[in-house]
Amino acid sequence: MSDLIDLFQHQFMQRALIAAVITGLAAPAVGTYLVQRRLALMGDGIGHVAVTGVAIGLLTGTSPTWTAVVVAILGAIVIELIRERGAAGGDVALALLFYGGLAGGVLLTGIGGQATAALQGFLFGSITTVAVADLLAVLVLATVIVVVGVGLAPQLFAVAQDQEFAQVAGLNVRFYNMLVATLAAVSVTVAMRTVGLLLVSALMVVPVAASQQLTRSFRTTLAAAMAIGAVVSLSGVVVSAYASFSATVATGPTIVILALACFLVTWPVGSLMRRRRRLAEPFPVEEVDDHHVLCEQHVHEHGPECGHLAVEHGDHVDYVHDGHRHAVHVEAGSKHYDEH
Amino acid sequence: MPVTSPVIEVSGASVMIGGRPVLRAIDLQVGAGDFLALMGANGSGKSTLVRAMVGLRPLAGGAVSLFGTPLGDFKEWHRVGFVPQRPGAAAGVPASVWEVVASGRLTRRRLLRPLGRADRAAITDALEVVGLADRAQDGVATLSGGQQQRVLIARALAGEPELFFLDEPTAGVDLPNQHALADALAQLRGRGATIVLVAHELGPLAPLVGRSVVMRDGRIVHDGRPLADHEVHDPRFADAHTHHHHRHDQPRGDHAPHVAAPLGLRPEEH
Repeated sequence: MSDLIDLFQHQFMQRALIAAVITGLAAPAVGTYLVQRRLALMGDGIGHVAVTGVAIGLLTGTSPTWTAVVVAILGAIVIELIRERGAAGGDVALALLFYGGLAGGVLLTGIGGQATAALQGFLFGSITTVAVADLLAVLVLATVIVVVGVGLAPQLFAVAQDQEFAQVAGLNVRFYNMLVATLAAVSVTVAMRTVGLLLVSALMVVPVAASQQLTRSFRTTLAAAMAIGAVVSLSGVVVSAYASFSATVATGPTIVILALACFLVTWPVGSLMRRRRRLAEPFPVEEVDDHHVLCEQHVHEHGPECGHLAVEHGDHVDYVHDGHRHAVHVEAGSKHYDEH
Repeated sequence: MPVTSPVIEVSGASVMIGGRPVLRAIDLQVGAGDFLALMGANGSGKSTLVRAMVGLRPLAGGAVSLFGTPLGDFKEWHRVGFVPQRPGAAAGVPASVWEVVASGRLTRRRLLRPLGRADRAAITDALEVVGLADRAQDGVATLSGGQQQRVLIARALAGEPELFFLDEPTAGVDLPNQHALADALAQLRGRGATIVLVAHELGPLAPLVGRSVVMRDGRIVHDGRPLADHEVHDPRFADAHTHHHHRHDQPRGDHAPHVAAPLGLRPEEH
């Protein structure tokens, strides 16, 4: 344990922690809008395109972070334009762009005389090599994402929920679509150092998938997804650092596996909650006069403690068991159950 | 008496979709307080006309004005409420009924301002009009189809518009929900709103309608007194192609699939 504390005395580990937390906050903030539009894989596509951006940076000797930002934004805008055209082959066109980006990146890296190992750090993340300048860039970009994603939430929500309604409400739908695409591109490059370009989409989407199992409103989904993202990123760094004493454990995949673990926990809880809510839904009150059907003789006494599901039905309670809905009926001093 | 300009003025409007004229030379005026039902068969262009009137479909010719302003210059979208044709109100992420209805308030909210008291009052009022005030915190996806349709109407209502466009609000909605819809629209009419309603069948909405416009094959064929559902399908308004003589009495001969159009090139019908 003291080894671990020693490890976090190092500045590179402290930088890694800061980068992880802000990345974990920013990626789901954009991811929520992508999932809302049913574009969960858009982050993945942008990640592929950004590979070319990184390669251009490595080739020209400029900072790969900034070349990746530029290329990713261009790629995101092209993807958005293709989507907007609504061509039936839109997904095929997107696929062409994705693989073009990945292949182009690997080719350019080779042409530049760099070993693919240089690219490796960007594909799967290398959080412990984050330099001070990189950290500042990540901080600034992530802050912009969070401020825009949360501050413009009413507008972005409306556009993602129902584009036509938003347009008739006077919103500039195209501007907001491009804004989300740009934010997605920026968060891809922000998360590139933490989880890597190939796993970026996971950090944008999996926290949202986990949180929406338990939430009913958009606002809580967004907040919970950001919280999950920050927590799994932070614990991913700590877990992988702790495990690194005994084995080679990459941070990016650890973060993604932890996020998936969150989903595996929330999913059964969520489906249980939904099931219980559905069962407790009151039966509709309808004017039916054949309610007065005496059910079979009943030794069992229904009550709050009897363990049968009690469901509201107008002014009384029905007890559900074995495909029956039994309601207490007192007539002439004696008590029996009606089949409702 | 001053001459007030109509709330909606459509003159000579035509719309092309995919190179084909879908609306042709439409002239229509809607005055303040009108309750107009746009009716007609599937594909007659009634939804397209509404979409052209709110600017979702570009005009190939003619002009549309709302409140006396040409559509291109129109900025007062808070005066317009639109209920699009939707299978439901849900999207990929959960949203509460309150949140969906609150998004209708965006026509009147400034950027980066939280909801004010007037906004909250309007949202609550809209939920009460459609009878869903007790479901405000529930997820929209848990509501029935008819209730989701009422949520979409409440969303349009939240912006407190004077002019409503409703595109097939009763499609696929059961009778009790249609009655709830009719009650909500009756309240709107009572408040003096102008209402343009696209409907295949009016059902419980029929008593509210003050004027029927029937479309056929991209043109208006009736504009005037309200028509009952069965009258809309009167031969005079019926599909343009019914005068062709199909021979229904002869058996088809076999049940083998007809390969009439290799390479997708359909021969002209008839």
